[in-house]
Amino acid sequence: MLALLVLVGARPAPGKPQREAPPRLADTGLYVDPGARTLTPGIRTWTPQYPLWTDGATKRRWILLPPGRSVDASDPDAWIFPVGTRLWKEFSFDGRRVETRYMERGADGSWLYATYRWTADGSEAVLAPATGVPAAVRLAGGSAHDLPSTGDCEACHAAGRTPVLGFSALQLSPDRDPLAPHREEPSADAVDLVSAVRTAMVRRLPRALLEKPPRIEASSDLARAALGYLHGNCSSCHDLRGELASVGLDLVQRVVPREGTGPGSTAVAVPSRWQPAGAPEPLLRITPRQPERSALLHRLSSRAPADQMPPIGTHLVDDSAVQLVRSWIATLESSTRVSAPLVER
Amino acid sequence: MKRLVVAVSTLAALTASAAAPGKPDPKQIARGKYLVTIGGCNDCHTPWKKTPEGVAWDMDRMLSGHPDTLPMPAAPLNAEPWGLAFGNTMTAFSGPWGTSFSRNLTPDPETGLGAWTERDFIATIRNGRHLGRGRPLLPPMPWFNYREATDDDLRAIFAYLRSIPAVKNRVPDPRPPAAAPATASAETR
Ligand code: HEC
Repeated sequence: MLALLVLVGARPAPGKPQREAPPRLADTGLYVDPGARTLTPGIRTWTPQYPLWTDGATKRRWILLPPGRSVDASDPDAWIFPVGTRLWKEFSFDGRRVETRYMERGADGSWLYATYRWTADGSEAVLAPATGVPAAVRLAGGSAHDLPSTGDCEACHAAGRTPVLGFSALQLSPDRDPLAPHREEPSADAVDLVSAVRTAMVRRLPRALLEKPPRIEASSDLARAALGYLHGNCSSCHDLRGELASVGLDLVQRVVPREGTGPGSTAVAVPSRWQPAGAPEPLLRITPRQPERSALLHRLSSRAPADQMPPIGTHLVDDSAVQLVRSWIATLESSTRVSAPLVER
Repeated sequence: MKRLVVAVSTLAALTASAAAPGKPDPKQIARGKYLVTIGGCNDCHTPWKKTPEGVAWDMDRMLSGHPDTLPMPAAPLNAEPWGLAFGNTMTAFSGPWGTSFSRNLTPDPETGLGAWTERDFIATIRNGRHLGRGRPLLPPMPWFNYREATDDDLRAIFAYLRSIPAVKNRVPDPRPPAAAPATASAETR
């Protein structure tokens, strides 16, 4: 049964024709000279202010828009990328390139997802099977890094308001969060929100967001960083506008806030359906002042397959995030606490 | 306090829309019942009970998964090459993947599929992950067979599961294998 699962586990869903991904990374248009790894002119790099935790991987990101086309930012929380958009994300561990993920918007508007595995000598990267490669690389400390299946790609990228997760108004804001866990310094040539608009990569962004770049409005610096972490790591799925709306948990930070959304409304003092084994009394998703009674923190701190969050793409707990979120919950006003469950879920 | 009220109304609205995706269609429900029958869902999701005539499905608990009233100690998996163990109710399963418990498929909002939408159900079966995006479903749930079903058939199954009596039963979470390697979840994918 296990073998069967491994074999058939991640075929593309029936009735859903998947476009063919190019066989080698060199064929995707990332490099003009693959041998020298010279990037194709017009490709831009960027550094999201709240990066996704991937067990300590170092990442580099690139985007290429078709000539003369731009991203439509008229919904500043769900940018629309033009047909022909291509994005790459390179993952390295201990200075060694492991994989470069690729997504491309096709003529019919659908997105193609693929990943390219670097050869041991680092000379080139070849298309990995659509079923993914579990434990493709052993990491120091006994853990391993999996290459995602296309189903895994879609689990996060096709879950929410937009398939492009890290290239957004909040992530590109020049008003960067100094306390963001694993924050990276953008290189001198990296695009941010202002330069993206100036160079017409991004159009129709509401003016107010340029005059006052997006920033998470929070009661403290700690809260800002914790909310940003949850946005960067959890909100592709936990989005009231997305596929998992029925869960009713919203960890999105919107640059245009919407009433009744966000962690304050859907997590703080809200009963949790998930409960740890043997809990004396039911946990809330977030219990103000009581991190240990907060289901969200339990799941962030776990890597037991049935409990861990995020459920994909990580085998190691992000200790600095656990510490940050714990401290944030400990400082939450207990006046937001409710004594009895408000909803039966 | 105000935002808590908002949270409640948002949740209530979502739950309501999940529970009432249009009028139930008797023909669709009948089709769903047929598919659930030939698909063998009861085999694992309806617990067995002992009767004077032998074991039989406990239809008071139809499709409600492993009973939370029946705690399961670790399975005795020490007689190689026998490596699998099933509980007496046919709802608890132990093997190289750890121990799994068949889930509550009834419309109970808190412990069953009551808060699920049709899309959640279809995504779960198609991707073999909880809600389509969460943890991978463990054996012996044969989702890779059911994923070949058409959207219409999966919709019919869900419509039928919506129509059956809700049973409150909080199925325990699966347990990892006794000596879990760090990549256990990857290997069962
Ligand atoms: C051979 C036993 C078996 C059969 C047959 C079976 N299931 Fe399952 N099912 C399970 C087990 C065990 C689980 C729990 C797996 C886990 O926890 O990872 C499960 C889980 C599920 C889930 C996931 C629930 C969740 O919370 O993620 C759904 C939905 C489901 N089954 C529906 C069905 C339907 C519909 C059928 C019939 C068409 C069916 N199952 C037939 C054993 C079975």
